[in-house]
Parts: sequence; structure tokens; C-alpha cells
Amino acid sequence: MSVLPPDLDAARFAEALAEMRQAIGPDWVFASDEDLGPYRDSFSPVWDTQQERLASAAVAPADVAQVSSIVRIAGRFGIPLFPISTGKNFGYGGPSPNVHGSVIVDLKRMDKVLEVDEARAFALVEPGVSYFDLYRTIEERGLKLMIDCPDPGWGSPIGNSLERGIGYTMGAFRDHFGASCGMEVVLPDGEVMRTGMGALPGAKTWQEYRYGFGPDPAGLFAQGNFGIVTKMGFRLYPRPDHYRTALVTVPRRRDFVKLVEQCNILSDAMLCGEPVYASPLMALMGNPSFAALATKKGGASDAALDAAASEAGLPAWQVDLQFFGPEATTRANFAHARERILSAIPTATVIAGEDFPLPATKEQLANVAQPYRSSIRRHGALGVPSLGIWKIVREDGHLGFFPVLARSGEEVFRMQRVMGDALHEFDQLPSYFNAASAPLHWHPHAFQMVFAPPVKRADPAFNAMVDTAMRRAVEVAAEHGWGDYRAAPIYQDAVSDTYSFNNHALRRFHETLKDAIDPAGIIAPGRGGIWPQRFRKR
Amino acid sequence: MRTISPLLLAATGLALATLASALPAQGSPPAQEEVARGKAVFARHCAACHGRGPGDDGSPKLPGTAALAARYQGSLPGALEEREDLDTETILYFVRHGSGPMPMFRKTEVSDADVGAISAYLSASAASTKN
Repeated sequence: MSVLPPDLDAARFAEALAEMRQAIGPDWVFASDEDLGPYRDSFSPVWDTQQERLASAAVAPADVAQVSSIVRIAGRFGIPLFPISTGKNFGYGGPSPNVHGSVIVDLKRMDKVLEVDEARAFALVEPGVSYFDLYRTIEERGLKLMIDCPDPGWGSPIGNSLERGIGYTMGAFRDHFGASCGMEVVLPDGEVMRTGMGALPGAKTWQEYRYGFGPDPAGLFAQGNFGIVTKMGFRLYPRPDHYRTALVTVPRRRDFVKLVEQCNILSDAMLCGEPVYASPLMALMGNPSFAALATKKGGASDAALDAAASEAGLPAWQVDLQFFGPEATTRANFAHARERILSAIPTATVIAGEDFPLPATKEQLANVAQPYRSSIRRHGALGVPSLGIWKIVREDGHLGFFPVLARSGEEVFRMQRVMGDALHEFDQLPSYFNAASAPLHWHPHAFQMVFAPPVKRADPAFNAMVDTAMRRAVEVAAEHGWGDYRAAPIYQDAVSDTYSFNNHALRRFHETLKDAIDPAGIIAPGRGGIWPQRFRKR
Repeated sequence: MRTISPLLLAATGLALATLASALPAQGSPPAQEEVARGKAVFARHCAACHGRGPGDDGSPKLPGTAALAARYQGSLPGALEEREDLDTETILYFVRHGSGPMPMFRKTEVSDADVGAISAYLSASAASTKN
């Protein structure tokens, strides 16, 4: 117990922990340094510094009643709580809290898949359920349903969606919070509330009509701190019969503008899954003269980049297309996409990829038979959880800044140039914004680009540089109308500061709600940049 | 194999003491039920990164197995299920402390007793591979 909650002495904290042990059992209250080690953020750029946010204890309730008990005890003692689901929010703080000395409410023991309905295509789960767990349940029961999962499958559908995480199948399911339907929340006074149709006793539509009647507060619990979510429903994709891929390449840099326009239409009309963009020119970044061109301050000219592509015999851009549905429909949608894109960009090349019935075989899932170099990550694309993506994790992890931008080629070029220039001086980092950097079409209606600098636990000077770069990225992006979608606790204030319309009217609204709903300021103070009055004074 | 400093091991002393009572006496083969339980725990929590299968999208190995294979350069197997040298203390250290990109695992995910079962399974698996 080397860390104490704010404003609490050791004796009072010991008293609070004794009450918590009484409430949930002594085996599920962790307060030794050894037990609390795994509650640190293993990707932290401020590891072992004054800025690191450490827990004072962790408690692991087994059910909703125990969560309520913990919340009520914390309320009496004024102890900040920080709920986690599976605790795998790496790159965004992992299991570590916003406030040093918080007690972690570890919901991993609440790991029941409460319901999966094949005919009506939904699931209801507890926070400790992982994507692996939900997938296994569906497979074991032989249900014809597909989940949409983020790359590492050890995360929680509840935790990931509350962080507004994304996936890789059809647009309606890739936005994980958008695909949620109905939640149960323990409020800061310990009361249990259900949203949407869950508020109507006897309703059978909790996971089918998310709104119920009147305002729907569900959004407050995503990246918010108004309660602890203990159940949540998710819409599932009835497993399509067939999967088909294709690759489109365009020769010139500016062809990308029309390519994006066409893919937007295909995507918005729900004719394809995630369009996965890439620039084959990225393969030239190992060549110093091309790297200098692609990272040139102020941006390289289109003519110079086209000349480099031509000299290398490479197209400027490509997009992997994916089609789901009955076999005939995937064939027709592919034919339509080809016709549409060739009509808009006659110099484009469209290559048919693989197609096969779902579920995929092991060999198909391995993704080694595409007739071209594909950027699709097949497990994610087919909703099969995996940890294969961990191969990209270098050093001691990384941070994540994924600014949101409009789905337009011109806007991609602008972000490449502006953010490339802003981060040019951080030459120890890989180039994340250059003329070959592609947008991510994860969210169904917006692009994001990626800045994920590595962290080196044993190199504080490097981490300090990374921290400076992160803050610069947030600031410069905001100056150009681009905001981060999700941030680690140590960056949440900086990101929140950028959403400042009308003298921070949105944040002031959230603060007013926070003070009314959580007057003691105990639920995740600071999360989402929302501080209760008690902490705002500091 | 990477050496664990006595100081770091001392830090896990309490957990190891708790675990000791759950383990079979040294030298005796682990009970079959313990091996089976360890296999299930390994499958649920470890195999997606440290298993023997191929990685995603053409990668020859899963990430944890690939990382260990690169570290040991053939002096030890990259796949944990082929390692004969992993005792409970070593596994417990890495589970609770992580290593590089591998994060730490909490007791709510993998209990000390689970780690003992994993150890039993890996011993049996390595012996079976050798044979």
C-alpha cells in the first residue's frame, strides 16, 4: 500500500479496504505492490516517473451487486475508482487510471456471455468477456454469426466499444460503440440503471432498439465517467455465405482523389467491407532519395512523386476491396465496383483476388493465396480474433494518435503535408506522415491516419521526446481541424482542450452533468477530460 | 535463457510461497488433471501469441514465438511448448512482470495456481515433443 488515494490517510484507506474485503471477499482486494504491478501501463512513456499514474489498490467484484457495494464504499470515503474490463487498452493507458491513487475496479471476473441470439443477431455480455471468449462461444454453439473484432482479440467488447474502438468487417459493425445496443450501468450512487428498452420491465428488445423513450444517455458512458458499465448488448453480423477480394491500383498520385470518392460510394451503399488503402511507394522508403522526396517539407510535387513511381514501375496508390454476401451478390458487387472505378479512372487496374465460402478454412484464414500483395489482415477482416498483430509491437510498446479527417484524397494529402512538417524535427521516429502514408477507413464515415511512436522503458530521454511529439501532434492537428479519437489518460486533457468550440461549451456541459451525477467525483475523474468539481479546483 | 535476478525473484516471493502449496512435490510428475488444466489455460491465455502455429497473413510464427526464436537464435526453441527449462518460478515472473512488448497479466486473468498448471503442461508438452 505504497500509494494512497488523494485526500485519504493510510488509516482511513485501510478502513475502506477492510469494508471492500467484507463486500467482495478478501481474495479479491489487491493492495500489495506485487499484486498491483500488472495494473501499471506496460506501454507507458512515463514509466517510473512522477507523471506515472499508479493504482492504490484493485478490487475484482464478481457481480453487479458487488460493483454497487464497491461504488457505495468508495463514495463514503471519497476514493476515485477506475473501472477496467479486460485491461488491454494498450497504447491508450492499459489498465492504469487518470488519477494517481485510484482504486482499479477490475471487472475481469464478470466474464459471462449472457446471451447470443442467432435468429435476431445479437449478444449480451459482461465486461470481462474478451473477443476470443465471444468468438469461441459462437463457434462452440455452431451459430451462423460473425463478430467484428479489433486486432488483438484479448480485449473486451464492452471495454473496446466504450473506448470507441473499431474493427474491419462491414461498416455497420466496424464502429463498435455504434454497433452496441443497450447497456446496464452502476451509477456513482450505486444505483443500477439500464438504457434503451432495458428500462422497460419485460421488454424483449433491449438489444434491438437502443433508444427506448426520451434522451438516450448511452453515449455518456463511452470515454466518459458517469458510471460503471456492467452489461452491454451488441449487434452481430449474420455470417455471410461468401467472401471475395479485389485489388485496385491507380498510376498517378492525384488519381487517389477519384479513387476515394468511388470507394466512399461503394462503402456508404454497403456494397463492400473495409476499403484498405495503401501506397505501393511505401516500399521505396528505404531508398534515401525517395524518402527525402516523400518527407520533403512543404510536400513534394505531384509530378515529382509520379516520376518516382514511374521510374520504380509502381502505381501511386492501391485499395484492397472486400465483398461479403451470397456468392452471386459478391460477384455482382465486384463487377459493379470494377465498372464504377474504371469509368471514373480509366487508367486504373482492377485485379480479381480470392473468393471462398465462409467460414474460412485455416488455409484461407492464413491469407497466403492472394494473387497480389495485399494489405488486408485476414483475421480481422473475417471477424476472427487473433494476437497476430502483436508482431508490429516494438520496444516496450507504443502510443496511439489517430486524428480524424474527412474521407477525401485532398484532405489526406493535406494531412500528410501538415503533420509531416510538424513532426519533421523528430527524426528519431519513423515517418508516419509522408507522401506514401495511407488513410485508414476503419470508422464507416471518416478517415483516420496513424501516429504510433514507440516507447522505450529504459530510455527516459527517448520517451520524453516521444511525449513532446505526441503533444505537438495533438496541437497542430487541432489547428487544422483534426482531432484525436481516443487517448491515454496522460493525454486526455490535451485532446479534450482541442474540442473547444464556444469556450469549451461541450466540456462545461459534461462538467455540469458530472457534478450533478457524481458529486463526490469518484468515477474515473479526469477520464475524457471531464474533471469533477473536487479535482477542478486543483 | 534470460537470467532472472535474485532481487526480481525476491519480489515475487509472496506469490511463490502461495503457489508452492498448490504444486506437486519437486521431482514427481504432475498429475494428468493438472496437465490438462494447464493445457486449457495455455490455450486460453498464451497460445495466441506463444503457440506453435503460423502467424497471421503469411508470418511463419506467432509473435511471441517469433520474438523468442529471434532472441535465442536456435539455442532454445521459440515455442514454449517445446521448452524443457521453464519452471513455475520463471513462468510466474514473466506472467506478472511482462517482457518488452509482452504486458503483465493480473491475478484476475491468470491465477498463481493457473501458472502452476501451465508449467505442468509445458513440461509434459516438451517431454512429449522430445520423445
